[in-house]
Amino acid sequence: MQDQDQDVIREFLVESHENLSRLDQELVELEKHPKDAALLASIFRTIHTIKGTCGFLAYSTLEAISHQAESLLSQLRDGQRELTPSLVTLILDTVDATRKVLASIEASGEEGPDRFEDLTERLRLAAQATAGVESQSGPGMVAGPAQHPDDNGSAEHPEGAKPEEEAAKSSAVADANIRVGVGLLDKLMDLVGELVLTRNQILQFNTEREDAALNATSQRLNLITTELQEGVMKTRMQPIGMVWNKLPRVVRDMAVALGKEIRLDMDGAETELDRTIIEAIKDPLVHLVRNSCDHGIESPEVRARAGKPPQGRLTLRAYHEGGQVNIEIGDDGAGINVARVKQKAIEKGVLRPEQAEKLSDREVLHLIFQPGFSTAQAVTNVSGRGVGMDVVKSHIEKIGGIVDVFSRPGEGATIKLKIPLTLAIIPGLVITSGGERFVIPQVSLLELIRLEGDSSEKHIEHVHGTPVYRRRGSLLPIAYLNQVLGLKSPERAEAVSMVVLQAEDRQFGLVVDGINDTQEIVVKPLGKQLKGLTVYAGATIMGDGRVALILDVLGIGQRSGVLAESREQTRAAAEQKTQSGIEQQRLLLFRAGSFDRLAVPLSLVARLEEFPRNSIERAGGCQVVQYRNRILPLVPLRAVLESGTPDSETADPVQVIVFNDGDRSVGVVVDQILDVAEEAVTVRQKTGRKGLLGSAVVGKRVADFLDLNHVIRAAAEDWFQAARGSANGKKILVAEASAFSRGLIRSGLDMAGYRVLEAANLDEVIRGLEQEPVDIVVAALDLPPNGSSALLAAIRRRPEWEGIPVLALAESAEQVRARAGQPLDFQDCQVKFDREAMLESVARLASALASAEGAPACVGEER
Amino acid sequence: MATDTPALKSDLAQTSGQFSTFFVADLFFGVDVLRVQEVLRFQQMTRVPQAPEVIEGLINLRGQIVTAIDMRRRLRLPPRSGNQTPMNMVVRTEDGAVSLLVDEIGDVLDVDAATYERPPENLDAAARELIRGVYKLKGRLLLVLDAERTVDLAVGRAA
Repeated sequence: MQDQDQDVIREFLVESHENLSRLDQELVELEKHPKDAALLASIFRTIHTIKGTCGFLAYSTLEAISHQAESLLSQLRDGQRELTPSLVTLILDTVDATRKVLASIEASGEEGPDRFEDLTERLRLAAQATAGVESQSGPGMVAGPAQHPDDNGSAEHPEGAKPEEEAAKSSAVADANIRVGVGLLDKLMDLVGELVLTRNQILQFNTEREDAALNATSQRLNLITTELQEGVMKTRMQPIGMVWNKLPRVVRDMAVALGKEIRLDMDGAETELDRTIIEAIKDPLVHLVRNSCDHGIESPEVRARAGKPPQGRLTLRAYHEGGQVNIEIGDDGAGINVARVKQKAIEKGVLRPEQAEKLSDREVLHLIFQPGFSTAQAVTNVSGRGVGMDVVKSHIEKIGGIVDVFSRPGEGATIKLKIPLTLAIIPGLVITSGGERFVIPQVSLLELIRLEGDSSEKHIEHVHGTPVYRRRGSLLPIAYLNQVLGLKSPERAEAVSMVVLQAEDRQFGLVVDGINDTQEIVVKPLGKQLKGLTVYAGATIMGDGRVALILDVLGIGQRSGVLAESREQTRAAAEQKTQSGIEQQRLLLFRAGSFDRLAVPLSLVARLEEFPRNSIERAGGCQVVQYRNRILPLVPLRAVLESGTPDSETADPVQVIVFNDGDRSVGVVVDQILDVAEEAVTVRQKTGRKGLLGSAVVGKRVADFLDLNHVIRAAAEDWFQAARGSANGKKILVAEASAFSRGLIRSGLDMAGYRVLEAANLDEVIRGLEQEPVDIVVAALDLPPNGSSALLAAIRRRPEWEGIPVLALAESAEQVRARAGQPLDFQDCQVKFDREAMLESVARLASALASAEGAPACVGEER
Repeated sequence: MATDTPALKSDLAQTSGQFSTFFVADLFFGVDVLRVQEVLRFQQMTRVPQAPEVIEGLINLRGQIVTAIDMRRRLRLPPRSGNQTPMNMVVRTEDGAVSLLVDEIGDVLDVDAATYERPPENLDAAARELIRGVYKLKGRLLLVLDAERTVDLAVGRAA
């Protein structure tokens, strides 16, 4: 706890020194432009921040000084008085006094004996004085600085330190931390990105020649580059706990000051964020937490009257979701009083009475983010000056985040921040349109839809000329990217690829020519000449060194018109949802065995699929199916729920619900998909049965809720273990001419637990196979001397080697595709440096071998 | 970036009296040599659909994304013949680097200030906006390009 406090104080010192230096400049600037409202607001906020931080660190002298200064500034800000040089002097004196106290804190941990009562008094008088009185007291204040050094004498000398020594000391804290400008870090990132591209070229060059020295050097270059890249990335990532650490203290002190009992729960402190983002959300978070303590949670008496436990609860939650970090600050207090917010907004002139009538509750809640808005009845030194929520909002939006507020009267309020993981690198989906590549930020992406064959035209219908698509019962407006961007569309595609996008609270489908893959991309801004184009959010450099444009989903939607039309409709729907409460859930209803009505939350379901029965294979003793180039383990639900029942289904095609667990997928085989229900769940009852969570009434009929964890654990984990187990002991011969590439391939296989032998050419392969039996051969297509077909022929000639599966590795995806058209000579073909795909393919071959040899039975079925 | 702006500005304000020269159609242009960051052969470019037509595309200049402006179109000259690939002249502007696509790169020339003259009044409107003045060299005229106005696409649009 003490260390934590020390950290907080250290950070406070560094930050305050920075703030004070800025204040000096700003105040001088303000003297030149006394009417500059933005400058005043900035000064006010700086003082406000210092005051706030002192408040929770219990530095009463500093807090007193800054509180008085803030009062004075707030009069200036609100135009109640003019700025005079004497006032500026007074504020500068405040800055100096603050510095003295900070120096003392740094040296001794205490504020020092000088209470600066004289200064505080002068500030108080100045704040009280009307403009007229002030002009009289002016001279006295100008005289202030003259007597000031004497005041400070006592503060400086107790430790007998000379001014020079003190200056040296004051920089000690700053020395321990180096603050690096974001600009410099960005530049480093750019350079690392360039280095990676150059490295890739060198590696390519290296594979073309057999030079030991070059080989060794490029390996080192490879390692160093990777490490450097990770290092630079890491310098920017920090756990959110860094900011949260100081909050327990904030909450405790707030609770004491306000006479409340507050418990703080924190969940997800290890969630990592880019440093720049951590910096940016630090102040807003403190503001929000203080706000919740002050306005949200009621005093113990009020809580007792409302039938709540006297101790209020403040919950901080952080978690990753779709490439973003969500941070929730929730309390179980009184919630936000909509009527009072309206009334206050009208009083403050933010809103006209007739406007207020028309606003929905949700819109009213968002009024709290307006500048100068505070519903606190009294201005305390804790909060209520009308800086806070607007600052929070502007800070969060500046970094591309979103602030939302939810409130349930009597039950509490939750502020939700959605924040990008990093400003510089985002996951994106690469798509093509009109022969060009574009990137769609993953954040906006909901799902991908592919309409194949004859059905493609049928699925897209037209409402008065506007294309729409029926997506799970509701109409989705559609835009064609080719048309939006004025590109030529290709002649008659055999399938329609569509990405479903979310912009603000609305959704639409965007038809593209092709969907490639997802990548981490480095976002770069566009030049001024292209700033006017709302359809692009920026650009990025792809792996091949070419530039690709990043689409702005909102801009695309607006330009194509799909958003303008659906706006009112979806907003109304959204409103309805929030009003009807949180118990409403979308449920997928299905049938399996003797269970007629089973339910899982739709939010957990990745996809619904149908597989022809004959496509189901057995691997590692379990049922699997090849799905999107991966092996999808299947869990026959019936067998899991009704132990002992053999899996003797006749349905064809097989209905499968696909769930994603992290990056693994599992398919649950059911008898029939029934419906998607949107009714509120009413009665709940627990059942003791394994595999079920309980029962509830869904749509007037009882349904059993599936315990997904149990079901998947029952079957799929065994499958994963089986797959991993099969890696052990399997011997793989890697045939590849370049020692470097061989090393790369080998490292991947080693890590996955295979035993690896190496061969550089056909002769070595033959010799290797003769020396000891091998389970799988992984060979480069261009294996010397005559390519891998020669290898295959050589292997297949020997009857004892006939059963050995051969995985071919191609240089590029094009080669793999070209292979796919030819008669299947190899067991599989993958791109050489796509490690994931290669390992999957090897695992597939290994488990096929295992099952051929009579693998252990699938335990999942027995349970 | 924000930190180098003042330095860059003062840098940009300097003139050396030396010009990097280039050709666009039959016109002979010069840009102050201090402004020129580098000269590149034609680079692979990414088209920007919906962009103003003078923008040829985006190039990757060592990790920096640079907008390429086609000088033929910027000056409303007829397009280059099919097999002629333009050169990139990357100039530094207040908004960062911008590449000008020109037909051919010429020498760096020292000019005599005494030979300077304002551009003729009857110059084509599109060109007049972008040409600051003319140096009368022996045998040919060197047109001084205003790089800042050239990259500001709002300039010359009304004309």
